[in-house]
Amino acid sequence: MKRTPLYQAHLDSNGKMVDFGGWEMPLNYGSQLEEHHQVRSDAGMFDVSHMSVVDFRGAEAKAFLRILIANDVDKLQTQGKALYSCMLNEAGGVVDDLIVYYQDDEYYRMVINAGTTHKDMAWIDAQAHGFDVVIELMSDLAMIAVQGPNAREKVFTAMAGVEEVAGALKPFNAASLGALFVARTGYTGEDGFEIMLPASSAEFTWKMLLEAGVKPCGLGARDTLRLEAGMSLYGSEMDEGVSPLEAALAWTVDLSDESREFVGREALEKLTPEKTIVGLVLEGKGVIRDHNQVFTDFGEGEVTSGTFSPTMGKAIALASVPKGSKGLCEIEMRGKRVSAKIVKPPFVRNGKILVN
Amino acid sequence: MSEVRDDRQYTETHEWILDNGDGTYTMGVTDHAQALLGDMVFVELPSVGDEASQEDEFCVVESVKAASGVYAPADLEIVAANEALDDAPELVNSSCYDDGWLVKFKADAVEDLMSAQDYTGTLD
Repeated sequence: MKRTPLYQAHLDSNGKMVDFGGWEMPLNYGSQLEEHHQVRSDAGMFDVSHMSVVDFRGAEAKAFLRILIANDVDKLQTQGKALYSCMLNEAGGVVDDLIVYYQDDEYYRMVINAGTTHKDMAWIDAQAHGFDVVIELMSDLAMIAVQGPNAREKVFTAMAGVEEVAGALKPFNAASLGALFVARTGYTGEDGFEIMLPASSAEFTWKMLLEAGVKPCGLGARDTLRLEAGMSLYGSEMDEGVSPLEAALAWTVDLSDESREFVGREALEKLTPEKTIVGLVLEGKGVIRDHNQVFTDFGEGEVTSGTFSPTMGKAIALASVPKGSKGLCEIEMRGKRVSAKIVKPPFVRNGKILVN
Repeated sequence: MSEVRDDRQYTETHEWILDNGDGTYTMGVTDHAQALLGDMVFVELPSVGDEASQEDEFCVVESVKAASGVYAPADLEIVAANEALDDAPELVNSSCYDDGWLVKFKADAVEDLMSAQDYTGTLD
């Protein structure tokens, strides 16, 4: 199994290590619930070094990204600005979801999912044929996400010089200092940073963050936090057989420039989506699980991500259901049908519950 | 390492059973089971007076990660259910052998249980 540069640090903090798509990663460090609350109320950190960083450089870097992904990098005009997008196949299905950061017209940085890296790189290389662009997988970088209302302050305490570089960053923007790259982004619905740094300095930085009072958090809390924040997970809410239009991600597809023929555009423009992703809140006891069947007034659907929301104290889910579904629905859980409410995600942002 | 207590017996499905010596038994999940399941969020218990046949699913412990049925180890009648778990399911994590017990039941006998030593042997 593959290990990140922080493997030993996880063992030192009693991380319960599990196989996560071929990576040996911490599920939790004792209690996933405590880690969840830590991020909502203070500051927690996640090792996300298994995710991949890909740099695009060259005279046609911009032109290439404008056909590679469904959102339009032409929107990115200031250094460090970030954009969330899906990368589509010809049928309009999602090859991966990603964030791309603008450095200049000839240099962009992209972060893609761990489990899809191999497939993505083959896909990207195939699309790049004929473009003047050099694509490099930055395998010597580690990545630490520090998240929570006190995350930024604690990063400034732990990492000398970072406040000067990243103190004035607005959300969804990044700045760099040498090989250090600090982005005010995340996957929890809280403020914070995602920090890329050389693998060789990851363990030292992790320890400094620990000393500043940032608690390590595992994959378990990462999943409940992103679900409360209503954020999609590749492989759950969307995959190669699902278009962004069927995954409540139409806002990430930019059709405004009619001359921009990005991969999948033609298929998307012909598509009439019949399903969408909604949120579900269970009123009674029990926990909604992935793949539970959903019955709405408009027809059947399926839970794409189900869990217990530690912030709400109730089970919540994202589910793929027929478009237009609203009000109440039923979920089949452990052989019984139970009532749930259909809501618009997010469930929780910045520590506050946003649904009833 | 998981804690296993010598004063009680164990099932293959990671429950402990304590013979109270008066025809009743107390039952809960083992330290190994609670660690495997992770943070508990709901415990569904039977009511006092409920009867269950051997191998019936009569409790459900549900963690953030998974739901797990607890099966009757004999034909039994419930004499007590741990109501504290309604508000504090985390007791199953923090005190699985004491405050986190699930039910007390009456049964003629409970057979095919393992000693602490044999149960420990299955955990390797």
